[in-house]
Amino acid sequence: MNPGAVLLSRVQFAFTIGFHILWPAYTIGVSGFIVLLNILWLRTGRAVYHDLLRFWIHLFALGFAMGVVTGVVISYEIGMNWGGYAAAVSNVIGPFFTYEVMTAFFLEAGFIGIMLFGMDRVGQGMHFVSCVMVALGALVSAFWILAANSWMQTPAGFTFADGKFQIASWWSAIFNPSFPYRFAHMVTAAYIAGDFVVIGVMGFYLWRGRHLEIAKTGFSLAMWIALILTPLQIFLGDAHGRNTLQYQPIKVAAMEGDWDTKRGQPLVVFAWPDMAAQRNQYELAIPKLGSLILTHSWDGLVEGLKAVPPADQPPVPYVFYAFRLMVGIGVVIFLIALAGLVLRLLRRLYDTRPFAALCAFSSPLPFLAILCGWTVTEVGRQPYVVYGYLRTADAVSPLKPSAVATSLALFLIVYSALLLAFFWYATRIVLHGPEIEHPAEHPLAVRPGKDSAPAGQPAD
Amino acid sequence: MAHDLPIFFAIAMAFGVTMYVISDGFDLGIGILFLLAPAETDRDLMMNSVAPIWDGNETWLVFGGTLLIGAFPVAYATVLPAFYLPLALMLFGLIFRGVAFEYRFRATAGRRVWDWAFSGGSALAAFTQGLVLGSYIDGIIVRNGVFVGATHGVLTGFTVVTGLGLLAGYALLGATWLVMKTGGATQAFGRKAAGPSLALSLIFLLVISVWTPIDHPFVARRWFGAPQIYYLWVPPVLSVAAAYGIWRSLHGEREALPFLLSIVLFLLALLGLGITLWPYAVPYSVTFWQASSSPPTQEFLAVGTVIIVPIILAYLAYAHRVFRGKTQAGTGYGG
Ligand code: HDD
Ligand code: HEM
Ligand code: HEM
Repeated sequence: MNPGAVLLSRVQFAFTIGFHILWPAYTIGVSGFIVLLNILWLRTGRAVYHDLLRFWIHLFALGFAMGVVTGVVISYEIGMNWGGYAAAVSNVIGPFFTYEVMTAFFLEAGFIGIMLFGMDRVGQGMHFVSCVMVALGALVSAFWILAANSWMQTPAGFTFADGKFQIASWWSAIFNPSFPYRFAHMVTAAYIAGDFVVIGVMGFYLWRGRHLEIAKTGFSLAMWIALILTPLQIFLGDAHGRNTLQYQPIKVAAMEGDWDTKRGQPLVVFAWPDMAAQRNQYELAIPKLGSLILTHSWDGLVEGLKAVPPADQPPVPYVFYAFRLMVGIGVVIFLIALAGLVLRLLRRLYDTRPFAALCAFSSPLPFLAILCGWTVTEVGRQPYVVYGYLRTADAVSPLKPSAVATSLALFLIVYSALLLAFFWYATRIVLHGPEIEHPAEHPLAVRPGKDSAPAGQPAD
Repeated sequence: MAHDLPIFFAIAMAFGVTMYVISDGFDLGIGILFLLAPAETDRDLMMNSVAPIWDGNETWLVFGGTLLIGAFPVAYATVLPAFYLPLALMLFGLIFRGVAFEYRFRATAGRRVWDWAFSGGSALAAFTQGLVLGSYIDGIIVRNGVFVGATHGVLTGFTVVTGLGLLAGYALLGATWLVMKTGGATQAFGRKAAGPSLALSLIFLLVISVWTPIDHPFVARRWFGAPQIYYLWVPPVLSVAAAYGIWRSLHGEREALPFLLSIVLFLLALLGLGITLWPYAVPYSVTFWQASSSPPTQEFLAVGTVIIVPIILAYLAYAHRVFRGKTQAGTGYGG
């Protein structure tokens, strides 16, 4: 196979799916928050929840469209660029993709219209149901897609002959060894990402002293969620890592920067992993701590990269640095949540302006962590697409490099423009601020135009 | 049982493609006609008439693609690389039109840009789908399960005709949708646009129907061999009848009729296509049986398909009901 086409297809896939994953994370997270607001409004009848609800539905809609259009790209790209992969794996994970469409995408697509435009047509209860359906669809989508991805990491429930996989057990293939960990960690990541978007926007209002009533309610809620989810995520990440150690030890060795297999492995804090020399340069390490974290024992045995020939090692520096960045961000956002708790106990949560400013700029962090996490997962799996069985170079379609180069260039340009447009319009919605209504303090059907009218437009 | 599953999935595939072509057809058709509409208010109304349902319409495309990977992976792995560039362009078209739904109504100065993105994206998607259709009919050369080349390449006189044909057909669906779903000036515009769209659709359909058997002896034998010839004259005759019906009903009282008859026209064309290409999943080299995933895989998928698709149809129907009746100014986005 043409090595140029392989490399271009990999770059294009990594770029397009990396771009895509930001939007599901956003929509899973924000739709969860919307459901929560909806429940609070229905239970308390406080107008502030209703105002928040309408505001977040606007922002949700903007990201939803991005998720859809970039997702459609991927479902076709798998066949267009990865024909060899599709031909080899589809007896096992092909139906996962079909089931994803049937159980998740249609659900979202069927109810998104009612969620965005149907408030006045269906009444409160049905509108709530629609929001739940959309949030549920997003979750179910993650279920199937992560089952497929996890199967590629830790394949199970299959037989392999003549370069093709055949199914042996659906249950083991779906609930393969890494799936529960990956699903829990990714879904939590998405809720954290959505939550920090809320923290960012509400923190911005607190910082600038605007829309204070709404900002306080939203900020307080989001900070409670962060306080629960960020430590949970660190715990889940640790569990996920120990699962990986069991099934993909070489990936973990790349994450940790461990070259030699030994007991009492040190924890490498910083280094430049040098693949040519098969060792770390400029290493700064803490003795034995690596074994303790990974195996929960000072003298646990941890495999090193040299256990396999260099040709079977993943590109170590990417995995190594991406992992550190992700974990670093995990710690930082946990500290933000803790600081929030301290300020809350001191009754200074809403009027500590430097903290509000910090929060206003924290929104991108979880998204960055998500990209880093996926880099660890996917690059760490190299040189395989299906770990231990199918090599990336055998997965690609017989394409002309020029064709892939053309589409890649277009993706780079178009996606950059899309991102700019998203930030442009999202910023406008945020600057315009929520529309405050102070009608009766109980839920009532919402008027058309008013609720669906975008920011900056006359409503009726 | 195992032998019948490929037939079941061929039917499911045909169903998915039909749902896609019709539902995204009127949706893309509105985009194709978008810039021709007389006023900004018409464009607002046109977009709002599909805003709550466009995602559902497009999901049938994803359904088709993923049904292919689940049930006919050999076709998925050969057809998609074979049409790499037209499909990539189609995706870009869908990206532009998809995000335009959200961004156009939020734009003030940039509105024109999103008008063009919506219209250009829709037209590009429709045309490239037509290109793919044309070169699919032309055939794909497969050796050892790997695609080697499209018979004549993807950009030929024939594929350009199929591309333009689909463009006209979608415009017809879009125009008659407007007749049904809108009133006033927008509806009048729909009526005006439907005539030329119908004429062009028929001309292209005729050209394609003459050209295909000339180029492909397989198709000629299929169409004109006995005993098929005794019943294969029925779809063309019905198509002419449907077209006449559209023409007659366009200015009539029953405003849903032109749209419904346009759907009939599309169903007949798709039926013709199916009859022509059967039993090939990849014309004219791989049959549905050869393209199939293994029997346990198809069984697993069939169970879910039988149960879930009716549920999907039920709630999609519900969503359509919620937005039934004429689209009013001031609902949906903007206002
Ligand atoms: C908000 C986002 C976020 C945060 C704060 C963290 N992670 Fe993470 N991590 C992800 C988002 C993520 C992810 C994007 O969701 C990944 C990629 C694939 C996956 O399942 O989750 C991931 C993958 C991933 C893997 C790769 C496992 C594999 O593929 O084999 C490990 C070992 C960890 N994480 C561990 C951690 C630890 C110890 C964290 C503690 C601070 C942490 N993560 C914070
Ligand atoms: C079920 C979901 C996924 C599937 C089926 C999938 C599949 C693939 C395939 C086929 C490749 C190309 C072969 C290779 O280079 O390994 C790949 C590479 C890659 N994917 Fe995934 N992937 C999934 C999820 C993700 C997500 C969500 C991301 C988010 C960032 C991601 C990031 C990457 C990256 C960075 C590469 C390039 C790795 C490299 O070439 O070194 N993947 N993936
Ligand atoms: C871990 C990786 C992934 C996760 C968690 C994920 C999740 C999601 C979610 C939640 C949505 C809804 C998006 C939204 O509402 O904004 C979505 C959209 C979409 N995704 Fe992904 N996805 C991933 C990777 C993929 C892959 C590998 C494919 C290809 C099969 C894919 C195909 C799609 C498609 C086609 C859509 C649009 C659906 C529609 O029309 O409504 N995604 N994805």
